[in-house]
Amino acid sequence: MTLELSGVSKVVEGQTHIYPTDLTLEKGTMNVLLGPTLSGKTSLMRLMAGLDVPATGKIIWQGKDVTGQRVQDRKVAMVYQQFINYPSMTVYDNIASPMKLMGIDRAEIDRRVRDTAELMKLTPMLDRKPLELSGGQQQRCALARALVKNAGLVLLDEPLANLDYKLREELRIEIPKIFEESGSIFVYATTEPEEALLLGGNTATLWEGRVTQFGHTPKVYRQPVDATTARVFSDPPMNFLPITKTGLQLSFGNDQSRQAKGRLADLPDGRYTAGFRPNHLEIGQHATDAMAFTTRLTVTELTGSETFVHLDHHGERWVGLIHGVHDLKLGEDLTVWLDPRHVYLFDELGKMIAPATYALAA
Amino acid sequence: MAKITLDNLAHSYLPNPTSEDDFALKELNHDWNDGAAYALLGASGCGKSTLLNIISGLLYPSQGRILFDGQDVTNAPTAERNIAQVFQFPVVYDTMTVQDNLAFPLRNRGHDETYVAGRVQEIAKMIGMEDMLRKKARGLTADAKQKISLGRGMVRKDVNALLFDEPLTVIDPHMKWELRTQLKSLHHEFGHTMIYVTHDQTEALTFADKVVVMHDGRVVQIGTPEELFERPEHTFVGYFIGSPGMNVLPVDVDGATAHIGGVDIPLSGGYSSLSGKVELGIRPEFVRLSATDGLPVKVKRIEDVGRHKIVRLDFFGHDINAIAGEDDVVTADMSHVIFDPSHANVYVDDWRVVPDQSHTIEEAA
Repeated sequence: MTLELSGVSKVVEGQTHIYPTDLTLEKGTMNVLLGPTLSGKTSLMRLMAGLDVPATGKIIWQGKDVTGQRVQDRKVAMVYQQFINYPSMTVYDNIASPMKLMGIDRAEIDRRVRDTAELMKLTPMLDRKPLELSGGQQQRCALARALVKNAGLVLLDEPLANLDYKLREELRIEIPKIFEESGSIFVYATTEPEEALLLGGNTATLWEGRVTQFGHTPKVYRQPVDATTARVFSDPPMNFLPITKTGLQLSFGNDQSRQAKGRLADLPDGRYTAGFRPNHLEIGQHATDAMAFTTRLTVTELTGSETFVHLDHHGERWVGLIHGVHDLKLGEDLTVWLDPRHVYLFDELGKMIAPATYALAA
Repeated sequence: MAKITLDNLAHSYLPNPTSEDDFALKELNHDWNDGAAYALLGASGCGKSTLLNIISGLLYPSQGRILFDGQDVTNAPTAERNIAQVFQFPVVYDTMTVQDNLAFPLRNRGHDETYVAGRVQEIAKMIGMEDMLRKKARGLTADAKQKISLGRGMVRKDVNALLFDEPLTVIDPHMKWELRTQLKSLHHEFGHTMIYVTHDQTEALTFADKVVVMHDGRVVQIGTPEELFERPEHTFVGYFIGSPGMNVLPVDVDGATAHIGGVDIPLSGGYSSLSGKVELGIRPEFVRLSATDGLPVKVKRIEDVGRHKIVRLDFFGHDINAIAGEDDVVTADMSHVIFDPSHANVYVDDWRVVPDQSHTIEEAA
């Protein structure tokens, strides 16, 4: 059971929403579509579901060409950002409704409703109406209805976006467990890199209608093929700094230089871009060969346990994510350190030339 | 600007409340200091909007008084309280230009046009709308309209307080930090008394000097971001602040040791005999995995979230979480954890208990 997209594209009124895309999703895999708003996640899902017909290319489901086949004729379940339940029906009837339409017998329906409700922690709420439930419970009800069909393809379009962060936290743990039990192909769209990492499986990064990379989630995160993928898969975005290579010397901005070693030594002289993630900027020197940069602190933000620092480095905007809650003075100079092991190297077109050495070890 | 005093304040939406459970806002005594920035943080239904509506005069409390600089305003309508408010959704005059929208509260109060023009310019710069001043509000994005609402809320310098009710809900995620930060710097500049209602921890912790955490109609802690992280006064604060939240375990405490499942957990201070529901709270950041030392656990799942790993553990039948560094190698045979005693807190019936000083000294002697 695989879903194969071959050269699939979507064009609306002369505008390309999805450029020709090849993608193969295997049975029993979790596949995350990661990208910002309007990058094409929903468009790609609608093509997979058969809700839209592609402008070019083929969609092959279990070896059969299903391009242009109506969604009703395929075993597909979809859950949207805005949870949709039937308000006048109980939770039980909401979950049972797709199976009733499929003509499944009563005893079987009852068994599956109760199993799914148990999995989704909805057993005590089966007799209630959706509007008597919290937002998280309503979305779990919508998820239960999608899962109970035993659809081979389950499409989840930002299903947690409308929930507050504590509920998101809870469901992010539950969804991979449910998925592992179902054996279906899951496709999950999100704008949040952290959500993609938590879900694991495979990730396709999307940018302006193109899949920029598809692979095992931690690998896409740690070994992005280009600067665009690195930017999409980093929140806050990856920081960049121009580098010049002259002989064996790598100059980082005007501040620092390092000896090019190993593969880097073989690169032709010229201009490159260094990329590094916010969490790899440190406010103390931890590695002996760490590079120090003087920046100006423009803004700090606190989460419960971490501090975001927004920095001005000679006009470039950098963001650092520092462990712990820090009370730092705005507008003052702040020295930040960067371990060379955490630096990715991109060429002038943004193609990755050398991943950070730590990423190869991880 | 004014100091706001809540005196014996409580509210029930029922006509004849009989028990504490009937109150959406349970009895509260508190002074909001003149010129400070507060955030009211809690899950939906915790009573934070009820409290805000009482302060603004949209809701008359069942019990108690509210004072602005010592003067009782409990019976005063919103208009007489001299406050500015910004709501979840933009409130702008569509047919007016951005400039006229921003000038509206000032003109209403009869300020001369030279002052109005100068002040509008200042605010427009702050919200980044200097180039749009002559545009009609109609046709602007929800983002832009909400920025106008924020600007209009802040345009008057002589208000008693500025109240914000989840004002960044409609703002694009990428712009949120920018506005949050502008609000904060504005606060430093003008020293308004500000009260900001939100369910988002980052918004609350970033914006406020003091965060007021509410749960189930009650204020459970008022503290700085550091205090809420280091010493949650209530288990709800431990759960709600931080991601994942604090681990909470049922224990028996004997002096400076907690017991669970036949093992001893050292504490940083001693406690005299505790009665009620006794629990130990420890944040995942302060749980360290080890192959050999400490308390026995089973690794259930390792989640790689990039900058760190969340390790899901089974500890005597309880689910607990530990945070490990990005470069830390975590294997399934990591069978022990060490709790950092200086970050372990003891709770009785969900409230933090301060270690007993005399008890500790006695033990030492």
